Amino acid sequence: MYRKDPLKNVLYIDLTNKKYWVEDRKDLFEQYLGGTGVAVKLLEEELPRNADPLGPENVIIFAVGPFNAVYPTASKTVAMFKSPHTGNLGESHAGGRSAVAIRLAGYGAIVIKGASEQPVWVAIHGKRVFFRDARAIWGMTSSFTVGRIIRENEPGSGFRTIMRIGRAGEKMVTYASVITETYRHFGRLGLGAVFGSKKLKALVVSGRSTIPIADKKAYKQVYNKIYQLLVDSPLMKKYHEIGTPINVMHLNEIKALPSLNLQKAELETADKISGEYLAEKYLGRRISCAHCPVACIHLAALREPYEDEPYFYKTTFIGYDYEPIYSLGSMLGAKDPEGMLRLMDTVDKYGLDAMTTGVVLAWATEAYKRGIIDKSDLAGVELDWGNYEAYIKAVEYIVDQPTELYKAMARGVAYASKKFGGEEFALSFGGNEPAGYHTGPGAYFNYAFGARHSHLDMAGYSFDQKTIGKEIPPEELVEKLVSEEQWRQILSSLVICFFARGVYKPEIVVEALKPLGFEISEEELKKLGEEIYYNKYRLKIREGFDPGKIKFPKRIFETPTPHGMLKPEYFEKTKEIFKQKILQNITV
Amino acid sequence: MARLEIVDIDRCVGCMSCVFACARRYGDAGVSKAAIRVSSIGGVERGYKVIVCRACEDPPCAAVCPTGALVKRKDGGVLLNPSKCIGCGNCREACPVGAVMWDIEQNKPIICVHCGICAEYCPYDVIKLVR
Repeated sequence: MYRKDPLKNVLYIDLTNKKYWVEDRKDLFEQYLGGTGVAVKLLEEELPRNADPLGPENVIIFAVGPFNAVYPTASKTVAMFKSPHTGNLGESHAGGRSAVAIRLAGYGAIVIKGASEQPVWVAIHGKRVFFRDARAIWGMTSSFTVGRIIRENEPGSGFRTIMRIGRAGEKMVTYASVITETYRHFGRLGLGAVFGSKKLKALVVSGRSTIPIADKKAYKQVYNKIYQLLVDSPLMKKYHEIGTPINVMHLNEIKALPSLNLQKAELETADKISGEYLAEKYLGRRISCAHCPVACIHLAALREPYEDEPYFYKTTFIGYDYEPIYSLGSMLGAKDPEGMLRLMDTVDKYGLDAMTTGVVLAWATEAYKRGIIDKSDLAGVELDWGNYEAYIKAVEYIVDQPTELYKAMARGVAYASKKFGGEEFALSFGGNEPAGYHTGPGAYFNYAFGARHSHLDMAGYSFDQKTIGKEIPPEELVEKLVSEEQWRQILSSLVICFFARGVYKPEIVVEALKPLGFEISEEELKKLGEEIYYNKYRLKIREGFDPGKIKFPKRIFETPTPHGMLKPEYFEKTKEIFKQKILQNITV
Repeated sequence: MARLEIVDIDRCVGCMSCVFACARRYGDAGVSKAAIRVSSIGGVERGYKVIVCRACEDPPCAAVCPTGALVKRKDGGVLLNPSKCIGCGNCREACPVGAVMWDIEQNKPIICVHCGICAEYCPYDVIKLVR
């Protein structure tokens, strides 16, 4: 890498002693580029074995890579930590302005250690770090208000990120999110709870420096090539126009849209929560992450009257995407979009992971209907498909936890169903609730064995949809999907938004690295992807992950997929193949 | 000669492609040399503002320059003669739009020359170069 690139600087923040320092970690960035590759090494260094995810010994890493603030649509930051939700490796990615702000503040990574005694927010403005008293904003009902207050208290408008938690994070709900720029999230695996356990209400980063480039002429040329590919690509149109919710109708048609806690894979009223319908009736604005021309972020404008006074309205902007529509819409039997939008807004107000929250509510609804839990467990809330007043109340209770059931629901479906029953219809894989694709074997192999248990690890859902009508031998499935996940380690080390994966092909990545002083071949890149992948799995296994112990909930075998009925034997085979593959490549 | 014009600010998605394009004219990445800025008007849901020189016919920035480093440009706006500039910052104070950016490394203003590179990279036709 170019010697003048500030990427090598790692900022360490000690919340216990309110100290900070910078270390030159050129060694890590030269070898692993940045992002995921560097974050996993930093976490391995800093995290004590078997650390309590909610103890001060847990560590939060934010890492960016050489492409952030340098090339378009390299807009993501990687967060790594030990997850309080799965008790294992936590990794979550978010956009907004986070990546550009961290990179232009002059850092490649930020390591947050220890825990504060009093609530604080930390502000990083270039070289200076401030510990601010957050007692006055701790316990505030809405994360939106927290964002507004910090926005008015901090400099750096236009070049800053404001990452914050809501009350769910303060209460350490194991799937609490960290919200950034109001509509983007480090959603999965409970980073918000780790913030809460450290009494860290928010992290502000601003920066507007220059990133010196080794070969300026070549840089401009490659930049133009990538920019043109991006704006001309059909994917850009797809994500910009209807956005990710284009999936709703498509998945409904092929009967792969998980509905009513996956008792069905299609919803009668799917058209009312579809991307097309929302775009036509509610879309108020589309916005972008910093340095990404795509602008995939869709905000609905929901206009609601107050009942106590005529002509008195409020208009709320609510970010929507396919995944929250699945989890808070189809899974809960939405009949119209308004209740669903209000539930999305509530989930964001408290700062919860939308996907897990929806799956938890869907499990509880079925459990209630089957008589496994009763009205008193639910503190009087009568859960029923499509009843959004009830769902909004239940989300409030997941945060306030008035009963043992809500305490359990605040730890996800695996925990709640173990305690109350209904494990056969509790959708959880490796401790994490799935994304919205009942597409076939690829999706479920992906949820179970992706290093983050995220659909984006290896896009099993996409593989399924490309192979409808074909029998995929388990060996082939494992091989194809694991190699996809390995390549994605490179993308998330650079750090590129996966939506641009079609543009950032290996040959383009090699070409784009060159002007930044990284000489690496396609072959070497692929090898590096494998290495980062196994580094991650090594850490997972060190922290107690055993692929042999992964269980598949019965429900997924009861509802037909576009690949027909799935069979448990098939997954047992993939599990064995996968386990052998991991064991052959890792020594712990 | 030409000048930049904000055609329709409501089309802005806040991608900052213009800001990065402007900074990239010297061949480095980042934003510190950009003469154009984008930020929300108080929450991204309410939209954005694009701050860039509007090429005043009678520019207040030039009027307050004590050394004559800023000279009127034909078709509006100013040109900077860096060798005359003492970095007093009067020009920045004088511009009510906030369009005189500051180069912290050089301690001199960053003056838009209306080259139009920002408009070339705007994917949503927010800005254009009017000839």
